Amino acid sequence: MRRPNRFKNPQNDEEQFELRLIIAYGLIILLFLTLLARFVWLQVLQHDHFSTLAQNNRISLVPILPNRGLILDRNGIVLAQNYSAYTLELTPSKIPDLAATIAKLKTLADVTPRDEKLFKKLLGDSKNFEAVPLKVKLTDQEAARVAANAWQLPGVEVKARLFRDYPYKEMTSHVLGYIGRINQKDKERLDDEDKTTNYKGTNYIGKTGLEAVYEDDLHGQVGFEEVETDSGGRAVRSLRRTPPVNGNTLKLALDIRLQEMADKLFGQRRGALVAIDPSTGGVLAFLSKPGFDPSLFIDGIDSQTWSALNTDWQKPLINRALRGTYPPGSTFKPFMAMAALMTHSIGLRDIRPAPGYFTLPGSSHQFRDSKKQGNGMVNLQRAITVSSDTFFYKLAWDMGIDKIHPVVGSFGLGSKTGIDLDGEASGILPSKEWKEKRFARYKPEVRRWYPADVVSVGIGQGFNAYTPLQMANATAIMANNGQVFKPHLVQQIVDSKSGEARLIEPKPVRQLPYPQEYFDYIKEGMHGVMISGTGARVGVGLQYSMAGKTGTAQVVAIKQGAKYNAAALAEQYRDHSWFIAFAPVEKPKIAVAIIVENAGFGAAAAAPVARGLFDFYLLGKVPKDLDGLLKTVPQENGDAAATGEQNENAAD
Amino acid sequence: MKTPLIKLIWQRIKEPLDGWLMLFLGLIFAVSMVLLYSANNQSFDKIDNKLIYTMMALTVMWLIARMRPQSVMNFAPPIYVIGVLLLIAVHFKGITVNGSTRWLSLGVTRIQPSEILKIALPMMLAWFFQKYELSLRWWHYLVAAGLMLVPVALVLKQPDLGTALLIAAAGFFVLFFAGLPWKVIFSGIVLAGASMPLVWNHLHDYQRKRVLTLIDPTTDPLGTGYHIIQSMIAIGSGGPWGKGWLNGTQTHLDYIPERTTDFIFAVYSEEFGLIGNLVLLVLYLLVISRALMITASAQTLYGRLMAASITMSFFVYAFVNMGMVSGILPVVGVPLPFMSYGGTATVTLFIGMGMLMGISNLRRN
Repeated sequence: MRRPNRFKNPQNDEEQFELRLIIAYGLIILLFLTLLARFVWLQVLQHDHFSTLAQNNRISLVPILPNRGLILDRNGIVLAQNYSAYTLELTPSKIPDLAATIAKLKTLADVTPRDEKLFKKLLGDSKNFEAVPLKVKLTDQEAARVAANAWQLPGVEVKARLFRDYPYKEMTSHVLGYIGRINQKDKERLDDEDKTTNYKGTNYIGKTGLEAVYEDDLHGQVGFEEVETDSGGRAVRSLRRTPPVNGNTLKLALDIRLQEMADKLFGQRRGALVAIDPSTGGVLAFLSKPGFDPSLFIDGIDSQTWSALNTDWQKPLINRALRGTYPPGSTFKPFMAMAALMTHSIGLRDIRPAPGYFTLPGSSHQFRDSKKQGNGMVNLQRAITVSSDTFFYKLAWDMGIDKIHPVVGSFGLGSKTGIDLDGEASGILPSKEWKEKRFARYKPEVRRWYPADVVSVGIGQGFNAYTPLQMANATAIMANNGQVFKPHLVQQIVDSKSGEARLIEPKPVRQLPYPQEYFDYIKEGMHGVMISGTGARVGVGLQYSMAGKTGTAQVVAIKQGAKYNAAALAEQYRDHSWFIAFAPVEKPKIAVAIIVENAGFGAAAAAPVARGLFDFYLLGKVPKDLDGLLKTVPQENGDAAATGEQNENAAD
Repeated sequence: MKTPLIKLIWQRIKEPLDGWLMLFLGLIFAVSMVLLYSANNQSFDKIDNKLIYTMMALTVMWLIARMRPQSVMNFAPPIYVIGVLLLIAVHFKGITVNGSTRWLSLGVTRIQPSEILKIALPMMLAWFFQKYELSLRWWHYLVAAGLMLVPVALVLKQPDLGTALLIAAAGFFVLFFAGLPWKVIFSGIVLAGASMPLVWNHLHDYQRKRVLTLIDPTTDPLGTGYHIIQSMIAIGSGGPWGKGWLNGTQTHLDYIPERTTDFIFAVYSEEFGLIGNLVLLVLYLLVISRALMITASAQTLYGRLMAASITMSFFVYAFVNMGMVSGILPVVGVPLPFMSYGGTATVTLFIGMGMLMGISNLRRN
């Protein structure tokens, strides 16, 4: 029963309906085609892109850290090793309330204010999602307590980590250096050198010393485990494992027992000692006193300890053997002698006066000799033995700097030795060019080399400045008749994988072209030092032949006419005591350079150390009474016979 | 010739079910079972559940399919009213989960009344238009719009944008096929466009975020964007041929969220690739085509409108779900018809299919 309707017409209505149905169907097909297009785009055109993403999603690489290589001395005694200990690590991004978490942890473990301070510093350097140690080396009880409360401490982990340990602490700090947390600067450098991958997961890197120089060997190769992870980052299963390659072992030329003896002989005094095997260039002992405890640096040093170390007047952080430059004093004379012989400035048999003073022609200035009455007429050899200043003043004056420079320089003085440590100082072997350059910003009269400048240079004062290492190296070259080796601490690198030892070849770098008779002549002069010269007291009762040369490096210039009086000077202005030596003279096994800061004459402080060291090294003798040994020579300037180089004066 | 009893019973059982529709649905169901096994980490527990509720849903479908649409139609007003009352009850006594109040507790189980409206609203509107078929005036559309807006507003309030849109769509299709003038439709579109800023201001933060994330999922890779990025990776890495059944790494390593429910298509797409997607699109299109044939030949206005609304809703579900999982539509909670795991949605869908089959039985020749 249908009534006509103005608004609706059933027939119309059904047509309209069908039309709309067709429109709808068309729309459906169109939208499905849109979907299909989307699928084609995702699954065909972007397939590679998404496959990569899926792969990255799925596989994460978990680094496996290699053990850092050991450092051994020449006899296999461990100098740097690793041990495992618990650390308490916090991942800030996973911790809702850091302060509360730390407060809670304080009740579980002994977290000191220093730990906290250090943590805050490390926190500043790190990214939020990285684990930062709050406390290292937890006791077993602490680790257990934290582990038991782990459920209420999200983002807190107790991890077993390997720590570096230096059993000889201060004694080896200037040789081994230390490792420390990788900082931003290290990261940038690793990035530059394309090594970032190999440091994935690594927290520590060598910062100074051998730890830094041999970083690549010691660090080893990081291993990786390919782990399939779920969306929560949890490892589901291991797909592949590339084991890490542990760091290589460094075997040093250093003899830690000798180093220990050197350290004992030094006692509490400041200074440096470098002992070299002249036949290889291997460094047998390398001491800089005082040292510091390298473990302070491993986990970042707090500012208090840092400033304490830094402002310590004894400067324990300075590697004196490597970076300390001192005028060599009379230890310069043997090298000066070679220069004189080679330039024919003096003959082997020439005899010249060695009076009580030396005056420059046309000048009233007196360069005094340490021996007031002088040494009479002496040849070059005897001048070395008695350390005649006036003899060498005159010799230097006659030669001029141009004749001294090349020969002395050939012994490595004034240039880096190339030892396997970073930051070596090159010292100063003065020359006209050097002075010109050094004072380039001054007036011409300052820059100019004056003939008189050479006088103080001739006895190892003036502009001369060398490191103990350079002096030891030069002594070794002298001992070895001119064979030049590059001094090196590391003797062998033992491959952790194959066990093969890579030898650092002790091939001579060069041979100095000086006649053997000159070497013999100078060495005999040095041998004389221990018998009848300035080192005679120290040479008493020697069971082997020893050659040496004492030296006294002036810290402050003594005014004309004034008398040096150590007791009247503050300690840090007193002269440095130098000694270079080698033994046995016929076939040298050890050459040494020693400086004892502010200790006075070379014969007084440094020479006894050398004697003790040689006795120990060559005879295995352990001095029973170290103090007694040190007292065998006078400490003050009363004994002119034994101390030849009193008041070596630089030109004012 | 006497027809054997067994044959009579068979005819009775067979009669109400549309053969083609059953075939297509059966194929989709088979695919979904295979897929669920993979999506659920090769465990049978969800498969058992799915079989149980599918059987229940099939029973409901079969019962409804056997009923004459006219009889079903009479239930429209009471079902609608009950549905709206339940929505109001949700507003006062509902269970709140994740900031949305969508459920009512019935002791042993809980129901989501908005789900009822997906069927109840088009039923109500179709009933309404059939009732006034011959005396239809312009204001009837206004009344219809009112009938539609009440539940939509209540669901929006929960808030549940996805379901509200689906209910609104189901209602709109009835209005559209009932002859809502084009003028009104176009002005509606213009009006909707103009009111976008207003709507935007009334959206919840999470809804805005979803829309923004859709434009660039990488802006919030660990938040809302995560779902989209991960499912796009799954689909994209599936490639033309797919990674193979049970081999979807995205799926099995837990990167796909809600991988048995709303995001099951990502699993499917990863394992069966473009070719699989094509098969699924064709299956859906076959269901839709068959449903539209039924619609076109429905005998009554109610039947036509109801069938059209069900068909279009089915399409919208499929399209919106695949669109959101593949990253061209915002993430709204819309299941993929017959694929997603979940009892309520499946029962609703089967009720719709049952109604379609009932209408199919009464087709004009």
